[in-house]
Amino acid sequence: MLLNGSQIFVEVLCEQGVDTIFGYPGGSVLNLYDELYKNSDRITHVLTAHEQGAAHAADGYARATGRTGVVLATSGPGATNLVTGIATAYMDSVPMVAFTGNVATDLLGRDSFQEAYIEGITMPITKHNFTVRRVEDLADTMRAAFRIAQSGRKGPVLVDIPKDVTANKCEFTHRQPEPIRTVTTFNEQEVAWAAEIINGAEKPLIYFGGGVRSAASCQPLRDLIHKAGIPATYTLMGAGVIPYGDPLSLGMLGMHGCYTANRAVSEADVVVAIGTRFSDRVALKPSTFAKKATIIQIDIDPSEVNKNVEVDLSVVGDAAYILQAMLPMIEPKEHPEWMAQIHDWQAHDYHPVSDASRLMPHQVIGEICSQCGPEAVYVTDVGQHQMWAAQYLRHAKSRGFITSGGLGTMGFGYGAAIGAQMALGRDQRVVMLTGDGSFHMNLNEACTAVSYNLPIITVIFNNQVLGMVRQWQTAFYGKRYSQTDPHRKTNFVKLAEGFGLKGYHCENLAQFQAAFAEALKNDGPTWIECMIAKDEKVLPMIPGGGDINDIMME
Amino acid sequence: MGTSEQRKVVSLLVDNQAGVLTRISSLFTRRGFNIDSLTVSATNDPAISRITVTVYGDRRRLDQLMLQTERLEVTHQVFVLDDRNTLQRELLLLKVAANVSNRAELQEIANIYKAKIIDLSPDSMIFELTGKPEKIDAFLRMFEGYTILEQCRTGVTALERGGMHQHMQKPPQEIRAAQLPLPGTRCTK
Repeated sequence: MLLNGSQIFVEVLCEQGVDTIFGYPGGSVLNLYDELYKNSDRITHVLTAHEQGAAHAADGYARATGRTGVVLATSGPGATNLVTGIATAYMDSVPMVAFTGNVATDLLGRDSFQEAYIEGITMPITKHNFTVRRVEDLADTMRAAFRIAQSGRKGPVLVDIPKDVTANKCEFTHRQPEPIRTVTTFNEQEVAWAAEIINGAEKPLIYFGGGVRSAASCQPLRDLIHKAGIPATYTLMGAGVIPYGDPLSLGMLGMHGCYTANRAVSEADVVVAIGTRFSDRVALKPSTFAKKATIIQIDIDPSEVNKNVEVDLSVVGDAAYILQAMLPMIEPKEHPEWMAQIHDWQAHDYHPVSDASRLMPHQVIGEICSQCGPEAVYVTDVGQHQMWAAQYLRHAKSRGFITSGGLGTMGFGYGAAIGAQMALGRDQRVVMLTGDGSFHMNLNEACTAVSYNLPIITVIFNNQVLGMVRQWQTAFYGKRYSQTDPHRKTNFVKLAEGFGLKGYHCENLAQFQAAFAEALKNDGPTWIECMIAKDEKVLPMIPGGGDINDIMME
Repeated sequence: MGTSEQRKVVSLLVDNQAGVLTRISSLFTRRGFNIDSLTVSATNDPAISRITVTVYGDRRRLDQLMLQTERLEVTHQVFVLDDRNTLQRELLLLKVAANVSNRAELQEIANIYKAKIIDLSPDSMIFELTGKPEKIDAFLRMFEGYTILEQCRTGVTALERGGMHQHMQKPPQEIRAAQLPLPGTRCTK
C-alpha cells in the first residue's frame, strides 16, 4: 500500500510491538505527531516536561521490562536534549530507540532553524545511528534499529528523520518483526575448563553485573551459585539478580560495596566474573584486583575481555547459554571454611548505628521496604542516596532496582520512574529515591507524573548539600566545601502543591512512617522530603585507585 | 613513542556508505591512537570498502581497539596484517626545485630508485614513485640537500600474499528462542 513516511513510522512501531512511546513535539516532527494523533488508540504517547525526561523515561521503561524503550523528539534542541539520556542508556547497555526529526533534506547542512547534526553528535554514545534520507529506506531502517538495540550486547540506537521523509510517500508492506538474535555459540572447551577450575576452587567467588539480567540468565546464575556453593557479590547494575537475603549473597562490591565483598575478592582463589566489565568503580585498582585469584570472565562482548583487568580464562557468548552448558559439569559442593571466614568478615563489616532522634538514611530505607515489601520497584537518582539505596534496599525483583550506573546521571530518576510506572501499570508500586541535588536537576517531570496521575512515591533525602561531592571534599580536600553548599530555600511541600501533587516534610522517623503510609494510599504522585544530616556519609568507602587496604569504615 | 610501541598495519572491511570513516576514526581518536596513514577504497564487492590504517601502539591496546572496532555495526572484518606475509605499497608524488645545473643529478637519483619524472618545468620537476614505505622513506632521504617544494604520499595500501585468509569474524547470531528455550529465565521477576 502507498503510505507517507509518518504512516510508515506508526505502522513499523506497531509491527515491532511498541505500544508506548515518550516524547515531545516540535516543528520537524509535526507530521509524525499528526499521525500519532490519528493512532492514539494504538500507541500511547507520554508527553514529558523536557526531552531529557522523555529519554530517561524510555530508558526506565526498558530497564523495568527488558523491552525496547522508544523516545521521539524534534530536531535541534529537542535532539540535543536527548543526548544525556542516550548516553545513560549506552553506558548501561539498555535497549532503546531514539527517533529525532530533522529539517528537510534540502535544508540539511545549511544551519537551518533548529538544525543539529545529531547523527554526528550521538555517534560515540549509540550502538549505531542512522539518518534516513529517502522514505523508501524508512521502514527497513526502523526495523534495523529495533534489531540492533536488542541484539548481542544491547544499547541505544538513534534514527534521524528529516521532515520531507515524513511526508513523502512510498509503497509499504508489513513484515513480522525479526526475532531477537543473540550469540548462541561459545567455545565448549573453555566452558569445560571453567567448570574444572570452579570445581577445584577452595575459595571461589562469583562477581556479576547487569549483563546477567540482559542475557536473561538470572536463574542459571542462581542455580550455579547454589549448586557449587559459591558466595556471590555484584556490581550496582547487578543488584536484584539474586534476592536480598540469600545466604550466599555478599552484597555489593566496589567503591561503596561492603567490606566483606571487597575482602572476599582480594582473598578468593577463583573469581568468576559474569556480565560485568571490571569498571573503575569496582576494580578500583586493576593491578591488585583479585590478585590471588584465577579470574574467569563470561561476557557477550569480546572487547570487554582484558579491557581493564587481565583475566586467566574468558568465555565469550551469551551468559544464559554458557551457564546452562556449564551447570551439569559443576560438582555440588559447600565450602565451609571459606564461608566461616566470610561470616567472620561479615561480623566485622560496617553496620550503621540507628538513632531514633533523627532521620538516618538506613532507617528511612528500612521503613520504605517494610511498608512496600520486596516486590516494589525502586528507582534512584545519583549520589549518596543512590549508594544508600543500593546498600540497604531489600528488594527481590531482578528488575526491581533501576539506577544510572555507568554514566552516573543526576536527574535520571524521575523520568525513569515515570517510564517504569507506565510500563508496569498503576498496580505496581514504584518508589523513587532521590537527593535534593539530583532532584533539583529534573524535578520538572513532576508535571508529567501529575498529568498521567502516576502513583510514584518520591522520597527526597534532603541534606541541603551536594552530599557525595561534599563527602569527597571532607575526606580528600581539607573540608574546603567548594560549591557543594548551595543554600537553597526550596520548600518541597509548597513546590509539590504548586505542581498539583501531595508533599510531606519529615524530620523524624515517626513522621516519615506516617507520611509514607499516607502516600501508599494516595492515588497520584507524592513527594516526601526527609531531612538528613549534612555530614551523613556513605560507608564503607574505598577511594578511587585504592584497594581493600584503603577502605574507610568511619 | 614508547619502546613497546610498534607500527602496525590494520585492514578493515566495512560497509561502503557515508559516515563509516568517521565512525572508525572517531573510535581510534577516543582510544588515543594517532593514525599514521589511512587509505580507503571500494573493493570488488561494491557494498564493501577496505580501510587500511597504519598506527603506532602496543599490541595489547591495539587488540582492544580492534575488538571495539569490530563491534561497530558497519564493520565486517578487522585484522592486523602480518608484516612477513603482506605486500605494502605506497605512492609518492614529489616536487623538487630543479634548474639546468642540477637536473642531471636529480634524474640519476630517480633512475636508481626507478622513479618516474612526470613533470619537468623550468624551475621544478615532479617524481612519481611506488614502493614499500621504507623505499619511499629512503628515496626521500636522498633529497636532503635539495629543495622540496611539495610532497604527497598516499599512505599504505596492503594485501596478504596467497589465497583468501581466514580472519576474526563476528560470531554468527542465532535466534535465541528457537535454539534453546529457557523456561522461567526471562528476568521479569
